[in-house]
Amino acid sequence: MTTTTTATTVTTGTPGSRRVDPAAAVARTTPRSSLQEAWVQTLSMAWRALKKMRRKPEQFFDVLIQPLLFTAMFAFIFGGAISGSVSNYLPILIPGILAQTALTVCMATGVQLREDMDKGVFDRFKSLPIARIAPLAGPMIADLIRYGIASVLTVVTALIIGYRPGGGVLGCIGGVALTIIAGWSLAWIFTWLGTMARSAQSVQGISMMIMFPLTFLSNAFVPAKTLPGWLEAFVKVNPVSHVVSAVRDLFNDGAVTAEVGWAVVGCAVVVVVFAPLAVRSYSRKM
Amino acid sequence: MADLSAVRADGLVKNFGDFRAVDGIDLHVRQGEIFGVLGPNGAGKTTTLRMLATLLPIDGGRAEIFGVDVRREPHRIRQLVGVTGQYASVDEDLTARENLWLFARLQGVTSARAKSIAGDLLERFGLQEAANRPLSQFSGGMRRRLDLASSLITRPPLIFLDEPTTGLDPRTRGQMWDTIRELVTDGSTILLTTQYLDEADQLADRIAVIDRGRKVAEDTPDALKTQVGESTLQLRLAEGADTALGADVVRRLLGEEPVLSPESGRMNIPLPDPDRAADVLIALRQAGLGISSVSVAKPTLDEVFLALTGHGADVESQMEAAR
Repeated sequence: MTTTTTATTVTTGTPGSRRVDPAAAVARTTPRSSLQEAWVQTLSMAWRALKKMRRKPEQFFDVLIQPLLFTAMFAFIFGGAISGSVSNYLPILIPGILAQTALTVCMATGVQLREDMDKGVFDRFKSLPIARIAPLAGPMIADLIRYGIASVLTVVTALIIGYRPGGGVLGCIGGVALTIIAGWSLAWIFTWLGTMARSAQSVQGISMMIMFPLTFLSNAFVPAKTLPGWLEAFVKVNPVSHVVSAVRDLFNDGAVTAEVGWAVVGCAVVVVVFAPLAVRSYSRKM
Repeated sequence: MADLSAVRADGLVKNFGDFRAVDGIDLHVRQGEIFGVLGPNGAGKTTTLRMLATLLPIDGGRAEIFGVDVRREPHRIRQLVGVTGQYASVDEDLTARENLWLFARLQGVTSARAKSIAGDLLERFGLQEAANRPLSQFSGGMRRRLDLASSLITRPPLIFLDEPTTGLDPRTRGQMWDTIRELVTDGSTILLTTQYLDEADQLADRIAVIDRGRKVAEDTPDALKTQVGESTLQLRLAEGADTALGADVVRRLLGEEPVLSPESGRMNIPLPDPDRAADVLIALRQAGLGISSVSVAKPTLDEVFLALTGHGADVESQMEAAR
C-alpha cells in the first residue's frame, strides 16, 4: 500500500526553485483519470490531430477526390444500365456513395493510427497518466471534419449533376448527419484493427478486405431485388445496407423511418463492442 | 514510517517468447540519488526500465515506486515518474513549444499555465530560439533536451533516463550531465541506464551492473573498482628489450605477474597497495633499468565489467538480435 510520510516541507522561493517532495507527490496521485480529465485529454489529442492535418494537407486527398470522382463516374456509367437514366439513378446512388465514402475515411483512421503508434511520441503518451482511450478517441474527433467534408462534397457534386433530393434541406442534413455518425462508429472497428495489426500496411490490407465486400455486397449501388437469392440474403443483413436505406429514406423522403432507427442502434452496438476492445488492445500493447 | 526508497524492485522477470530478457533483477534506489544501471546493449536495462515505467507488463517479481505498487496502480506510477527514452519520444509533427504545451495539457495543466511552463522549460534548456520551428530541423542534442524537458513538466520526483547521452557529441553530453546533476539538486531521484562506463562513473552514486538479464554487481563506482582489485602501475621502460628483466624484478618484489608488451616496452603491474609503487620504481632503478614514463591508474569500469562477467562490455550482439 502507499506509505505516505507526512513530511513537512518548507517551500520557499519561486516555484521553479522549490524542491521536489516525493511524499507530497505520492499523496497527490489519483488511481485513474476522472471522466472530466479524460475528456480534456481526448480534446488535447484531437488538437494534435488537427495540427497534423493542417500541416499535411495531402491527407485530405481521399476525402476530396473520392466524392467528386466516384459520384460522377458511377452516375454516368451505371445510371442508364441500372435505372434507365442518370437522374433516376441518383436517388439510389448518392446514399450508397456516402456510405462508401464514410467507410473509406474510417479505413484511413485505422491506418493512420497504426502509423502514429509506431512513432516515438506514443511511448510518451503511454508513460503519461492519461486515460487510455484519449489517444484513440482524440484523432477520431478530429476525423469528424473529414467525414463532414467528404459527405458535403458528395452531396454538392450530386446536386450539380442534377440530383434533387425529395427530403429537402432537412432531409439532406439528416442524411449527412447519419453518414457522419455511421462513419464515426464504424471507425472504432478500424481503430481496433489499428491497435492489433503489426504494420500500417497490414491494416490497409485487412481493411480493404472488409470494406469491399461490405460496400459492394450491399444495396449501395444496386437494388437488392436484382441479386440472386443467396446474395440478397447477405445484402439484407449487411449493416451497410441498413445505413444506406436509412440515408435514402432521409434524403429522398425526408422520413425518419424504422431503418433510421436500426442504423443508429447498429452504430451504437458497434461503438459499445469495439471501443472497449480497441482500448484494451491498446493498453495491452505496451 | 518513513521509507526512503524511491524504487524497490524484487526479482523482476520479463520474457519475450522463449527469450528471458530480464531474469530476476533486484533494484533498490534510494531517494535523492542517481542510480546507474550499467550494461552492454541487450543486457535488459531498457526492458527493466520500461517495466518500472508501466510501459511493459511485469512478468514476474514485484516493484514499488515510492511505496506504490507498479503492477496494481500503473496510473499512480505514471504520475510519479518522468520517462526520457532512448529515442526521443516527442512529436515530430509539432513544434517544440506545441509538444510541451500538449504534454502539459494531457497532464491536467490549464492552457495558460501550460504556456508558461513551456516557455520556462524552453528557456532552461536553451531552446527558445528553436521553439516554433518544426522538429525536423532539430539536431539530435536538441531533440534529447526537448525530450528531457517534456519529462519535467510536472516535476516528477523520479526520473528515468534511458541512455540519455547515447549518440551525443562530447560537449552536448557534458551539458546533459550538468542538467542531470541539477535535477538531483532539486530533490529528484534519477534512475539512468547507460552503456558508457565513464558516464556511470561520472554521474551515479551507485551502480548496478547488468549482464544478460541478471544483476552481476551493485555498489558505488569506487567500491566496484576496489572490488575488482587494485590500482595498476603503468610503466614504460626506456629499452623495450628490458621488459623480461623488469618482470623478474616485479615478481621478486611483489609476487605479482605484470602484463607485458615488449614491443613498446610497456609493463602493467597490479598493485595490491598503491603505496608500493615507489618500491617498484626503486627496485627497477637498482636493477639498472631506465624508465621513460610512469602512471598509476585505478581500474576502469571496463575492467570491472570484464572481471565481473568474464567477457568485455562490447560482447553483446546475440542478445540484441533476440530482441
